[in-house]
Amino acid sequence: MASVANWGSRHGHALVSTTGHLARHGFATVLTVLVMGLALALPLGLDLLVRNVRAATGDFAEAVGLSVYFKPEVTEARARQLAKSAAERYGVASATLITATEALAEFRSQSGFGAALDALPENPLPNVLTVRPTPAAASPQQLEALRSYLSAWPEVDSVQLDRDWMQRFNAILALLLRTLWITAILLGAGVVAVVGNTIRLEIRSRAAEIEVTQLVGGSRAFVRRPFLYTGAWYGLLAGAMAWGLVASARAALSPSAASLAAAYGQHFELAGPSARELGYLALAGLLLGWTGAAIASQREIARSGPGHG
Amino acid sequence: MIRFERVSKRYPNGRDALTELSFEVSAGEMVFLTGRSGAGKSSVLKLIGLLERPTRGQVTVNGEDTARLPSRRVPQYRRALGMVFQDHRLLMDRPVFDNVALPLIVADSAFRDIDRRVRAALDQVGLLGRERVAPQELSVGEQQRVCIARAIVSKPPLLLADEPTGNLDAALAAEIMSLFRRFSDVGVTVVVATHDLPLVQASGLRTIELADGQLLDNGHRVAHG
Repeated sequence: MASVANWGSRHGHALVSTTGHLARHGFATVLTVLVMGLALALPLGLDLLVRNVRAATGDFAEAVGLSVYFKPEVTEARARQLAKSAAERYGVASATLITATEALAEFRSQSGFGAALDALPENPLPNVLTVRPTPAAASPQQLEALRSYLSAWPEVDSVQLDRDWMQRFNAILALLLRTLWITAILLGAGVVAVVGNTIRLEIRSRAAEIEVTQLVGGSRAFVRRPFLYTGAWYGLLAGAMAWGLVASARAALSPSAASLAAAYGQHFELAGPSARELGYLALAGLLLGWTGAAIASQREIARSGPGHG
Repeated sequence: MIRFERVSKRYPNGRDALTELSFEVSAGEMVFLTGRSGAGKSSVLKLIGLLERPTRGQVTVNGEDTARLPSRRVPQYRRALGMVFQDHRLLMDRPVFDNVALPLIVADSAFRDIDRRVRAALDQVGLLGRERVAPQELSVGEQQRVCIARAIVSKPPLLLADEPTGNLDAALAAEIMSLFRRFSDVGVTVVVATHDLPLVQASGLRTIELADGQLLDNGHRVAHG
């Protein structure tokens, strides 16, 4: 029990002394943390960009719809029944019927061809059903499935689906997401490399101390301990800095984004990094920092020690 | 305590530091390793301290064949040794207390024990009260005594000293030797490598004399058949 307490107090001592060491070398610490923080901020910024674009275009997705043109012989009453049936289907946000009478009246008022329309023996316009999917059911595959379903109705003449721009938009989002992952992996490797190199240089500058420690019986684990804590501190601080940088960028961009949305008659607020993301980012930074320090210390201490005979 | 049996050591550069060297040191004995520079004194200490392993032969310390000691057990093995160096190898950015406490810290000793034992060790070398002083504020002789305090703080059964009086005047050298004699008197095995012959002769202790990595007996190399 006492040895466990000693072990705990040794780790606590290493943690505190490492903190002191970083504080004494404040400028170098800030530079290292800044480089790592910027590297971690970029994936987080990209992630927020994708999320905000998705949120901002959520209304567009709702605006995507299918125009269902009924055959001329379909009565208004039957069209209303079908509209009700469509509205009850899973994934359909709304199904609005524009009757042939309403369509003609609107056309008459907007086109200025009132006299010409009066000359027609009957209303040439069909009943049209405008179907809007829910955002969750607005993927190209789901829209295609809905189109097939509606086309299969015998009363339906044709179904028009404007999906090209949706496909392009989704492809752009998918590309952004993939870019985000690749960037995160590359920059994560960059963080490991930065910590590794910093720790490597620090080990070299403390070679004499390491040699003496090993000569008096210090194990490699004992010698590595402060360097591992240093790497973890770097990562933890870099994660917090990355979160702060992205939160600051969000605060700076928020008014502009709101103004832009207002110009289109929309209300939109940029989503920022959450407190939970601060935790994730700090944890990711800590693990990356620890990993970089572990790799560098494993290699360097084996080279710089007095040897084990 | 220490047994060298036909030990040879060849370094990677091809130099033969020791050739078929055999000797024994009993527990609690204090011996001198003498010889000119390059005779093999430091190599003997390195083999005992497991900084090197023999190319041939067997080195046994405390009944342990050092050649068979796995690397992971080397730190524990070294904790049973005290090492004193000519250049002291003190951590100049740490106070005296931290330097002396290092062997106890690496051995995961309790903080209260560390405090007590560091003071006791500093008391033995006459430096009690200088715990918070930085090593560079001490004289060379005092720095050597800090190094000795660090070597004895964990009460090792074996003390190795490599030219411990090399930078000291005669009076300080005698003082350091007197310290080693005191440790030997309480059962610590002490091996001192030195080329300070007057000091060795004045001590009247056993001497292991080396020349070109071989044992000398009355000026003649000891041959193994």
